[in-house]
Amino acid sequence: MSLQTRDTLHEGLALRGGSPKVLLTGALLLLAVLAPYALYPVFLMKVLCFALFACAFNLLIGFAGLLSFGHAAFFGGAAYVAAHAVKEWGWTPEAGLLAATAAAGAMGLVFGLLAIRRQGIYFAMITLALSQMIFFLALQLPFTHGEDGIQAVPRGHLFGLFDLSRPLTMYYVVLAIFLGGFALIWRTVHSPFGQVLKAIRENEPRAVSLGYRTDRYKLLAFVLSAALAGLAGGTKALVFQLASLTDVTWQMSGEVVLMTLLGGMGTLLGPVVGAALVVTLESYLASTSLPVPVVIGAIFVVCVLLFRRGIVGELLHRLPGKGKR
Amino acid sequence: MTTGHMTGHTGDIILEARGLTMEFKGFVAVKEVNLQVRRGTIHALIGPNGAGKSTVFNLLTKFLTPTRGRILYKGRDITAMKPADVALLGMVRSFQISAVFPHLSVLENVRVALQRPLGTSFHFWKSEETLRDLRGRALELIEAVNLTPWADHLAAELPYGRKRALEIATTLALDPEVMLLDEPLAGMGHEDIEGTAALIKRVSADRTILMVEHNLSVVAHLSDTITVLRRGEILAEGPYEAVSRNPQVMEAYMGTGHA
Repeated sequence: MSLQTRDTLHEGLALRGGSPKVLLTGALLLLAVLAPYALYPVFLMKVLCFALFACAFNLLIGFAGLLSFGHAAFFGGAAYVAAHAVKEWGWTPEAGLLAATAAAGAMGLVFGLLAIRRQGIYFAMITLALSQMIFFLALQLPFTHGEDGIQAVPRGHLFGLFDLSRPLTMYYVVLAIFLGGFALIWRTVHSPFGQVLKAIRENEPRAVSLGYRTDRYKLLAFVLSAALAGLAGGTKALVFQLASLTDVTWQMSGEVVLMTLLGGMGTLLGPVVGAALVVTLESYLASTSLPVPVVIGAIFVVCVLLFRRGIVGELLHRLPGKGKR
Repeated sequence: MTTGHMTGHTGDIILEARGLTMEFKGFVAVKEVNLQVRRGTIHALIGPNGAGKSTVFNLLTKFLTPTRGRILYKGRDITAMKPADVALLGMVRSFQISAVFPHLSVLENVRVALQRPLGTSFHFWKSEETLRDLRGRALELIEAVNLTPWADHLAAELPYGRKRALEIATTLALDPEVMLLDEPLAGMGHEDIEGTAALIKRVSADRTILMVEHNLSVVAHLSDTITVLRRGEILAEGPYEAVSRNPQVMEAYMGTGHA
């Protein structure tokens, strides 16, 4: 028993010492901690929210091979739930975020049950149709305040301790949420479940022939992805103190597809890079007279033509000695 | 017609099709096929292109649902079952185009088949490390098909013949009672054919094998029973010696002369 523990410890130390992956992780973490001293925190928080959203989306397309075109429903829908719970019911921010995540997960279950039996474009179309229903609900239901959205959402105190109205505190909370979500995705990908999911992505009929009821695995992946997209949406509502129609539109569903493909579908870091790139471009272009969708569309076309694996995917592919994965 | 075993006691028949018929929009792909596979034998299903071999195969493994007819596995009617559930009963199929998971390593390919009995396949919060105990068994299976040097390579990197070998190792991981192999020798070079045929013979020791093949000659020395299909119907059945001398088979299947 103790021998085994020592073994594991030893492996852990060896890993910490040498692996470039661990060094890279450390460097990125340090960067994330120091970033708000150099850059505008609200901008960084926006990047993190979208990064988590894209990572959640990527769990589905990159590791289960399912293209959802309705993820805005979870992102934007959860934003309304968080905003309403915190503003109207006076819930604490952590309770609001939990409610948002749970609501998105429940929506994901319903979407998934209806769509999961269909393949490819049919799956995408059903998710799109369902998310458009959520959009019209958001437009019509009284609690969403239609075109105005839910404004002036109080950020409150996290666990009654941390004052989220202070930008730095809010930033570190958002960073922690992002890291938590990212860690869950990482673990899911590297779990027994993740193995089956990858097998289904690679060759579904073969997975069936090995005795896996693939629909159930895909459904669980869908619910996880939806819940995490909801967590991202709820967090965004707290950051911007606003839940609006923008986040439930089909354009938002398209944007997350774009971020994921740009960064590298099926890589863990790709969606983060893609989200950062798109958000940066959007905020930079907003102050110029260039039409934002045209520029981003052009970049997307170039990306698809020149490096189809996305930025991170292409980097990993070109790394020497990449025998595996 | 099968002779009347009325109840579940079908003796040594492990897999049986009764009056199996499959119609696709008016086209009859498989017509009234009665097939009995005896436990512990190698049974080959052969026939020219379009004879309905693959359709019969997909029907037996439930990847297609028959228009008419019944399928019995160990005396139990499985006609209405789902394909994944048939696999759980111990009848596992392979595919015509090689059925590996291309972007998983050879080891992971086999391990994915081994991990289901652990019951943790939905556990997304657990580490992959919990699958480590399966490594030994996976390596044994990989060894059995001579793939040990490739254990850590991606399946996509293997040459065709080795992919087929990996597929057999993955199927064997489930320790199935019945293995259904869809053209296991198709597209292989001569040297691979011999090796794979020997492998099939070896793994048949304690199980039943039903295989679909295009060529009569390949299955000649491998199978105990050969069923010849033509245009969706059974033309002849029996051991190689009998089937190969059947004039109808010689005419229909082998063309005019010798093959």
